[in-house]
Amino acid sequence: MEKIIFDQLQEELYYEKLNNGLDVYILPKHGFNKTYATFTTKYGSIDNHFLPPGKEDFVKVPDGIAHFLEHKLFEKEDGDVFQQFSKQGASANAFTSFTRTAYLFSSTSNVEKNLETLIDFVQAPYFTEKTVEKEKGIIGQEITMYDDNPDWRLYFGLIQNMYKNHPVKIDIAGTIESISHITKDMLYECYKTFYHPSNMLLFIVGPVNQDQMMKMVRDNQDRKDYKELPEIKRKFEEEPVAVAEKKLVLEMNVQTSKCLVGIKAPNANQSGKEMLKKELSLNVMLDILFGKSSDHYSSLYNEGLIDETFSFDYTEEKGFGFAMVGGDTSDPDRLADTIKRILLEAKGTISDESLERTKKKKIGAFLRAVNSPEYIANQFTRYAFNDMDLFEVVPTLEGITIADIERAADELISEEQFTVCLVVPKK
Amino acid sequence: MNIISETVKAMTGYNIHIVKTDKYKTNTIVWKMKAPLRKEEATLRALLPYVLQSSNKEFPTTGTLRSYLDELYGASLYVDLAKKGEFHIISFSLEMANEKFLSDPTPLLKKAIEFLAGLLMKPNADESAFHKETVANEKRTLKQRIQSVYDDKMRYSNYRLIQEMCKEEPYSLHVHGDMDAVDSITPEILYDYYQNALKQDELDLYIIGDVSEEEVFGVVSEQLQFSERTPKIIHSSNYVSKNNVHEVIEEQEVKQGKLNIGYRTNIKYGDEDYYALQIFNGVFGGFSHSKLFLNVREKASLAYYVTSRLESHKGLMMVMSGIDNKNYDQAIQIINEQMDAMKRGDFTEEEMEQTKAVIKNQLLETIDTSRGMVEILYHNVVSKKDISLDEWMEKMDLVTKKDIIAVANKIHLDTVYFLTGKGDTK
Repeated sequence: MEKIIFDQLQEELYYEKLNNGLDVYILPKHGFNKTYATFTTKYGSIDNHFLPPGKEDFVKVPDGIAHFLEHKLFEKEDGDVFQQFSKQGASANAFTSFTRTAYLFSSTSNVEKNLETLIDFVQAPYFTEKTVEKEKGIIGQEITMYDDNPDWRLYFGLIQNMYKNHPVKIDIAGTIESISHITKDMLYECYKTFYHPSNMLLFIVGPVNQDQMMKMVRDNQDRKDYKELPEIKRKFEEEPVAVAEKKLVLEMNVQTSKCLVGIKAPNANQSGKEMLKKELSLNVMLDILFGKSSDHYSSLYNEGLIDETFSFDYTEEKGFGFAMVGGDTSDPDRLADTIKRILLEAKGTISDESLERTKKKKIGAFLRAVNSPEYIANQFTRYAFNDMDLFEVVPTLEGITIADIERAADELISEEQFTVCLVVPKK
Repeated sequence: MNIISETVKAMTGYNIHIVKTDKYKTNTIVWKMKAPLRKEEATLRALLPYVLQSSNKEFPTTGTLRSYLDELYGASLYVDLAKKGEFHIISFSLEMANEKFLSDPTPLLKKAIEFLAGLLMKPNADESAFHKETVANEKRTLKQRIQSVYDDKMRYSNYRLIQEMCKEEPYSLHVHGDMDAVDSITPEILYDYYQNALKQDELDLYIIGDVSEEEVFGVVSEQLQFSERTPKIIHSSNYVSKNNVHEVIEEQEVKQGKLNIGYRTNIKYGDEDYYALQIFNGVFGGFSHSKLFLNVREKASLAYYVTSRLESHKGLMMVMSGIDNKNYDQAIQIINEQMDAMKRGDFTEEEMEQTKAVIKNQLLETIDTSRGMVEILYHNVVSKKDISLDEWMEKMDLVTKKDIIAVANKIHLDTVYFLTGKGDTK
């Protein structure tokens, strides 16, 4: 077991790669009541075209299957795992993103038992035709719930505008039609491909003893027989630099219009330090341009073009990345034009003073974030899957220069990479 | 055992509550102002904190004010409004890095307290009115905030249930006030209202973090002083219990129907049977092991979410679910059956024990966040009780099946609200 010390943060992180390839991290946090653990596979909605182990041909699976699998893993022959967690005083949950599926619990007692339950239930799939059919009704309601949600439609509409081929454009839950094709055999095939321990990461944070915990996990894994898995082969089609659509207007049953401007990243193939620096540089830039202390924010607010829902973010994963800026507005077209103009004219407007101020702000925000065990476990995993280190955020932030920001901005900000999605009240 | 060690001290015009803990990398300040919910004041109160947080004498624009917070290592500032029973509560929250994790030794907590005092005591106003443009801007944003409830159908249907159920009670007022009352607010009227609120509201200051009590008392007593007051006590409005269940069906263009059901529990925080009510809610609908989840979702596949929650200071319980429009009758039937089962005592010791474990876990988790800790402690201010978290958990442990059945039989169904798609009701 390796020990990594973060002096400034006064934290210690323990790490071990187990024999079967599972990465295990433990961050003891004393003084907290709760222990939070996530067990995550590097498998999300974009992994829909792959080579199953032992097969010759690539397969394409229905949209929404990773999320469907996440739901079904909770059900076992003798009932559902939620029951067992709550008997042990824990609350359990899971989520599926574009690139990850995470299973988690938090509890203030019976921590070892709960951890064992978490690992065991994820490692023991049980799918039958009957339970798969039953789930279609439940997930169908989840899909309709999102259909009525204007913010979700806006967000996804924007991503669909950006991507022509990349599966990031597929709604994570799929559609009622696409999930109707899912069978238990397909679930097993996905499971066998992506749920091998060597494709997974376990993160535990809370008032725990690292030696005891690590031993428990090690013993648990040693009892299970995993054969070595060849490298997972995924297939992605070529994606053009330009966006697929420049504009989408969704008419919905709303009273307030919404506007979101997107910029598609042209070169989302980095990882590690390079990616961390780029992601942070672009987020610092967006904060300087659009944060509450910026001139642009004040003038947009005073003109009545934005309100407190206004937000911005740049995010990148292997194969795709995008910036998004927008929110509720009284005049979606004018807001879209203004945001675009600000971004296109950003070059040369960033001062040293605003950079230093924004760095301080981001460092404070990071300290606030690491109060949260959820944030640490989820973000650490996301970073690790992209070969980045969450605990490098502060030193990397400190090192960002105006030149770094301009380099990243030059690459990102270009007319053909812009797109807009609007939600407007139905006439 | 004392899970939270809270020091409370009476200051001039307010109480300070300090919780000293070294588990966070930040310190948190929460300022609370509490007054009875009243129709004439609700919209003024909803506007006030947004005006106060946008600028003040020292920082006359949002840009300069926010730049200053950025300089304090991104101290976060946000305001929030809540209804707790029939009180309308304003909160200002500030969270700033603890400088021991920074290479820069600026005393951030002290600066943040001074900053808060500046927001409250030196607003952007002359002797009789707030700054005109600021009020105009915030009025516009308030209107958007009120309007946005309509666009989020889950929030909307929840609000509509309360509106229908508590028609004759102040509790039906929206936390952000009334759209029609916004226009008539002037910078003078709002300023007058603020002066009154400062004299009459019940005020509480919470400070959570690795702080020195002595130092905090020193800074705070120098910076924040108000007139002494006797906070108002309200007698909960008497509602007329309905003979029949009130059913409201509203049509809109939605794909998923939203079912919201309101019950009167007639039990409030601090009542002897409040603990049994919590266990009741957990067995019935609060969690993913509860009867509602198992029967509406897992067995009948009717919903993705179905849950119940308590309004602890008003004595209400609300069930909410998203279902297909055509499944209305079936969903209601299943939910009613679960309630009947509870009244008959048709639940096991195991379900009770499970629920106790999960609620205990939930409480302990809540106090792992500084804001959660403040919310738990503030229950005592709202209810004028003095219940420690230890006592709360001990009393929950003592709850028996008989207690829960008794509670179940005190609960009655008041209003069923259903937001349904056009043209396919029932």
